[in-house]
Amino acid sequence: MPHSHPIELLRFNTCGSVDDGKSTLIGRLLYDSKSLMEDQVEALEKSADITGGGQINLANLTDGLRAEREQGITIDVAYRYFATPKRKFIVADTPGHVQYTRNMVTGASTANLSIVLVDARLGVIEQTRRHTYIAALLGIPHLVIAINKMDLVDWSEARFNEIRDEIESFLPKFGAFRDVKFIPMSALSGDNVVDASAKTPWYEGPALLHHLETVYIASDRNFSTFRFPVQWVNRPNNPTNKELHDFRGLSGQIASGIVRQGQEIVILPAGIKTKVKEIWSYDGAITEAFCPQSVTICLTDDIDVSRGDMMVGLDNLPGRSGDLQARVCWMNLRPLTAGKKFYLKHTTQMVQASVTQIENRINFTTFDAEPNPAALGLNDIGTIRLRTAKPLIFDGYETNRLTGSFILVEQGTNATVAAGMLFPPLETARPEYADFAI
Amino acid sequence: MSSYHLDHLQYLETEAIHIMREVAAEFERPALLFSGGKDSICLLRLAEKAFRPSDIPMPFLNVETGHEFPELLEFRDRRAKELGAKLIVRTVDEAIAKGHAHPAPGEISRNKLQIPVLLGAIEEFQFDCAIGGARRDEEKARAKERFFSFRDSFGQWDPKNQRPEIWNLYNAKLNPGENMRVFPLSNWTEMDVWEYIKKEQLEVPNIYFSHERDCYRKGGQWLPVPPPHTDATKPDPFAGARPKANEPIKRMIVRVRTIADMISTGMIESKTETIDDIIGEVSAARVTERGTRADDKASEAAMEDRKKAGYF
Repeated sequence: MPHSHPIELLRFNTCGSVDDGKSTLIGRLLYDSKSLMEDQVEALEKSADITGGGQINLANLTDGLRAEREQGITIDVAYRYFATPKRKFIVADTPGHVQYTRNMVTGASTANLSIVLVDARLGVIEQTRRHTYIAALLGIPHLVIAINKMDLVDWSEARFNEIRDEIESFLPKFGAFRDVKFIPMSALSGDNVVDASAKTPWYEGPALLHHLETVYIASDRNFSTFRFPVQWVNRPNNPTNKELHDFRGLSGQIASGIVRQGQEIVILPAGIKTKVKEIWSYDGAITEAFCPQSVTICLTDDIDVSRGDMMVGLDNLPGRSGDLQARVCWMNLRPLTAGKKFYLKHTTQMVQASVTQIENRINFTTFDAEPNPAALGLNDIGTIRLRTAKPLIFDGYETNRLTGSFILVEQGTNATVAAGMLFPPLETARPEYADFAI
Repeated sequence: MSSYHLDHLQYLETEAIHIMREVAAEFERPALLFSGGKDSICLLRLAEKAFRPSDIPMPFLNVETGHEFPELLEFRDRRAKELGAKLIVRTVDEAIAKGHAHPAPGEISRNKLQIPVLLGAIEEFQFDCAIGGARRDEEKARAKERFFSFRDSFGQWDPKNQRPEIWNLYNAKLNPGENMRVFPLSNWTEMDVWEYIKKEQLEVPNIYFSHERDCYRKGGQWLPVPPPHTDATKPDPFAGARPKANEPIKRMIVRVRTIADMISTGMIESKTETIDDIIGEVSAARVTERGTRADDKASEAAMEDRKKAGYF
């Protein structure tokens, strides 16, 4: 039973341009790691006769919508699951077409690792830069550049080096990957996907699957600063049971850090200091809890706390402001212009927000931030300023993905129109109680 | 730091609990779809973990085709009672009698007829959200689902135009008449479900374990022989869905791997007595779970078409 007890979970996404072979790569990973079932292979073979001219089309495994199979492109994120004896994987196959960049952001926002595919014949194109940039922007720690279709350039080491050098020349501009791996491969024939290929004697690195199984991800989580957005107030209000009648717990998922029974905490924005009386869970009280556990916390003092409030530790206080600066990926056909109003969802609360200024827009050829654009169009990325109806308690996205991110929702249609990443706060929340020392 | 580590089941659990609580906090009248099947059994435990010591703040809803395994209905009713939850059942028969659902001529399966019944129940109780146990690994149209799957006022899914779902920030905003389907088990596989059932020591209906049963061969599957029609005052609910003369009945040791209703659930030959046996069988399986579902074999886009029409 090799599949029954994997230890770690790795979430990754694949991106690249149309026809770079993303879906084929995932199909190959599933096929060669024996994660496909007979009826799936049978369905593949059936569709091969119709769309593939008799050849099995591995992309049909992930392109789950009729329109995708008809057009031979991926429209929306498809999720796939497979396991090896070493790890369990959640794969987001994200679209390559420019039109669907927003779906790439969707698939990548929860990933530990991104695979950007490059067609060895075409080399680096705008989509390569855009997707690498988005992966960096979203703070994905691990990057793989899969230089695919190497069979079509005769497995040329020179071509591989040329593409690698070009990407390495612009990567430092993006900042923050923990590690970057370049792998020459052919997803169609399976070279360097699951098994190391004999066709690349000049390549000393691992095949893709080996890298996915071994890349070090244990330090990806933030255990240093306690953040607990209150999600739901748990109040049984049971008149027949005295204990339950008085029970008042704050339920939520720990966004970062560790919390212990007896620990002093602050409720923001009220700024009230109190202690953790009990960490309640269905399986019994626990003495400590850590991210990303979902728990219910009871406090020693009976204070007014509701959804949208944030419980934090006494050190490293978050920011508090209603004037925000953020980088956004715009996801709607109607462009963003200054002055527009939205709902903004941040942690567990939704507030009204108005975009006061569009500071710049990223040019994906030069990666320069071009100042003062008139608008941000679909799939544009830029820096904006916002004012919220109520101050947010937040961290910079770079230090905390969950307390530093937000979405914008268009009023009326309720469409999700932007993904936002907050800049670090200029000033921290200052609770107003006497014995508080910063 | 190494002790602060979640294994994959704990990770899937905390993700699902977070989603359940978002539903309770964001919607006014949510419901939880509970059939008694293995996936919705996991949903109930997750609801307990999300909301206890409070009551689970939503009723359970089930749509009956009229062709259910009796064992499943018994389990469903008992489990809802044990948890102190309100169970709402709406049936295809009722909907046909009221003229809300119309069987296609000659079609015996009531799979598609569940759609108007579900939409009718959503309207009747003004549910703005229904939590379901669907998983992305079940089927490739489901692989495209969001956790929060928006449905317009006709209950339709628009797969080409889904709301982007970023980080753990779910957009639950609706206009009147629209509703949301929410799938906390999106990232779970069949194996995860069984491992969770084992870990949490959850009871499952006994038809998941091997038992003796009369079956007959149809469409490449072993289908269960429906229970005899005893109440002569009512029409036979399985009329047209009983084995024909050229479909001989065989007594077999079988179990179900996935449960639809009796006329669309293929039985698998199996000798499994414990959850561990089932886990062993799933890990050695060479066909997918839904390979035993007649309702999915209709065409490559069978699921996509039903979902667009309002299926869950």
